[in-house]
Amino acid sequence: MKTPNIVPHIARQFTAATVLGGFRRWMLLALCLGASVANAQTPAPLRWAGDAEGGAPYLLPNPKNPREIIGFEIDLMEALARNLGRKSVFVQNQWDGLVPGLQRGNYDLVVNGLEITDDRKQQVNFSLPYYVCGEQLSVRADETAIQSLADLRGKVVGTLKASLAQRILEREGGIEIRSYENQNNPYDDLAIGRLRAVLMDWPIAIYYSKPNPKLKFVGETIGRMEYGIALRKTDTALLRQVNEALLALIKAGELQRIYDKWGIGNPETTALFVQIAPELQTAMPAPSATPSQMLADFSRNITTQLTWQQRLQRWRIYLPPLLLQGAPMTLLISLLGMAVAVALGLVLALIYLYAPQPLSWLARAYVELFRGTPLLIQLYLIFYGLPNVGIRLSPLTAAVIGLGLNYAAYEAENYRAGIQAIPRGQMEAALSLGMTRAQALRHVIVPQALRLVIPPVTNDFIALFKDSSIVSVITMVELTKVYGQLAATYYDYIGVGLLAAAIYFLMGLPFVRLARWAEKRLATDKRISTTAKRRWLGVGAKPA
Amino acid sequence: MSAISVSHLGKRFDDHEALRDISFDVEVSELTAIIGPSGCGKSTLLRCLNGLELFDRGRVRLGQITLEMNDNGQRELQTQLRHLREEVGMVFQSFNLFPHLTVLENAVLAPMVVKKQARSVAEEKARALLAKVGLRERMDYYPSQLSGGQQQRAAIARALTMEPKVMLYDEPTSALDPSLVGEVLGIMRQLDDEGMTQVVVTHEMRFAREVADKVLVLHDGELIEADAPEVIFSAPKDERTRAFLQSIL
Repeated sequence: MKTPNIVPHIARQFTAATVLGGFRRWMLLALCLGASVANAQTPAPLRWAGDAEGGAPYLLPNPKNPREIIGFEIDLMEALARNLGRKSVFVQNQWDGLVPGLQRGNYDLVVNGLEITDDRKQQVNFSLPYYVCGEQLSVRADETAIQSLADLRGKVVGTLKASLAQRILEREGGIEIRSYENQNNPYDDLAIGRLRAVLMDWPIAIYYSKPNPKLKFVGETIGRMEYGIALRKTDTALLRQVNEALLALIKAGELQRIYDKWGIGNPETTALFVQIAPELQTAMPAPSATPSQMLADFSRNITTQLTWQQRLQRWRIYLPPLLLQGAPMTLLISLLGMAVAVALGLVLALIYLYAPQPLSWLARAYVELFRGTPLLIQLYLIFYGLPNVGIRLSPLTAAVIGLGLNYAAYEAENYRAGIQAIPRGQMEAALSLGMTRAQALRHVIVPQALRLVIPPVTNDFIALFKDSSIVSVITMVELTKVYGQLAATYYDYIGVGLLAAAIYFLMGLPFVRLARWAEKRLATDKRISTTAKRRWLGVGAKPA
Repeated sequence: MSAISVSHLGKRFDDHEALRDISFDVEVSELTAIIGPSGCGKSTLLRCLNGLELFDRGRVRLGQITLEMNDNGQRELQTQLRHLREEVGMVFQSFNLFPHLTVLENAVLAPMVVKKQARSVAEEKARALLAKVGLRERMDYYPSQLSGGQQQRAAIARALTMEPKVMLYDEPTSALDPSLVGEVLGIMRQLDDEGMTQVVVTHEMRFAREVADKVLVLHDGELIEADAPEVIFSAPKDERTRAFLQSIL
């Protein structure tokens, strides 16, 4: 298989940087990027976004080397960027965040099977359509009662959230619709009987339903939708360039070749191309008859029953991206986020307890506000909302700040409980020795409170550790995101899931142990454990 | 000039009159014992002397510092209290040693933080004082590893590191096992011999009788008698003093 050259190259650089975990590598990469921007000779790279968790045939980790993202849209953007004389740079982002990220200026294009709809046209400009397809109905192989859309009435049918398929099902009426976030779960649920049918974009059906011997297609495709490249409303010059490039690629037959390579050429798209470039009328080749190597590989991948040995073999493929790409990012985000939370939380607790009225009230309001609203919404506001007031944070900074601000509210309450648990006599003794209130807090109260709050703070750290997966909504690729991509690629939710869970667990374990150790070591009552033990053993009733 | 001068001190807790128009003087080098039934305001009075308790009326003078509740700003009051507290050592019923620090660290913390002494200087002084109270071998122990008597002696040494002019004790032996009371009272007796000015709220009548120069009797927030111990314990003038002494002896 021929691998696209530029994007994977960048992807490799990125993963290599994460791999060695070294900030030095990050710095190097940043310097490289910075240098390439600074160098006026090289045109700026063409930054575009999609969600590789979406899966085949759009964007997916290469089954042979999961740290590289492949897909027909990668090929499309490679060709497009080459035509524009620029470098294609793929930016990973959660599907829901693709358009907000575009508006925010994280990248200049969205290319991810984005259907051109009137609603979306209100927010973004679309290029010429680059692909057309309909929706394909799939049922279980032994299904006889369903021949068409009309037969779905009263039955449970799965589809992709907010898609043309969903609108078609809704318009039909009387169907119990189950909306899914991703494209393979509905087919799994269909196979095991949770659904009676699945209606999904035809290219998805080709990849995830057709190869599955338990499922079959029913009827022709339904409806028609066009995929377009989304751009910001203001980028009219880029829109013109992209359209010209697309037109050139269509005329040169390049797009058709890409679709043939991926086995997703269809008459609708051919008709579209002829409509766009009438001169193709005669020259246009029919969709290739040779079966697509990509599709065959993928089909084999998801249908082959693996022996246990093969399955374990495959786990070895999962490990590098999970361990080298996902885990370090999860660790980094969690540690930095917790550092922010622990520091800010202490400040909040002290203000709450000791500052004069308006300040103390504000600290309390902060705690209530950040504890009482969803982290997800806070992250969205920080990442996509703040740019409206001129604050643009990098995804990592936004993730760390978002998690930190949110958990600070919880830590503040931990500290407050800890400080209030210190007997009043401690403060009185410190004041009696001539210390100021601040000195007493710093040297007497807070050190004791910190020891008390080690267990609840550890608890929160473990919680934050797992909550950190939420930052994939702001383009961070961490452990859970890598899990999602791998699971979609290999169709192995259990295997990848077990591994990812084990990695979370094992990464959390050292911190739990560390906290236990610190708790014991810093215990204010040094003898408590040993005295208790002695008492239990009935020796040395009284300490020295 | 007397070491402490209290005049017309008054304090209310909500609807309860805790201290009523109390006036007395404490002379330099004297040991003054404050006695009276529980709830009579002994501790409150003592705590007013180092500003742990604020009062409503009257005035407390301690050496050069006069504490008066007037319209002074909060900040000014705090500064005044801090100066006052540097002159006064306080020992609590429940010791209030800092449990996260060793005995030695307890004793050097305030000199280092408040007086900005170098650790070496503070430690030298602390070691000497801890040796004086008989804790030479226990300096590196944590409070929880000590007996009550040892803890209270450490607390006294800790207060002494700040070189106070006056030592206040709030029922210093009430939390102690009877067998350990003697060692704490012994230290106070020794300090008295060295000329330290001390005010002790106590239930140890024998100690008050033997060591105190002056005994104050409080009853229901009122100072009903202030005299030499021989007078108080042998020929009290007030009927309420007699009743109180009878009830506990």
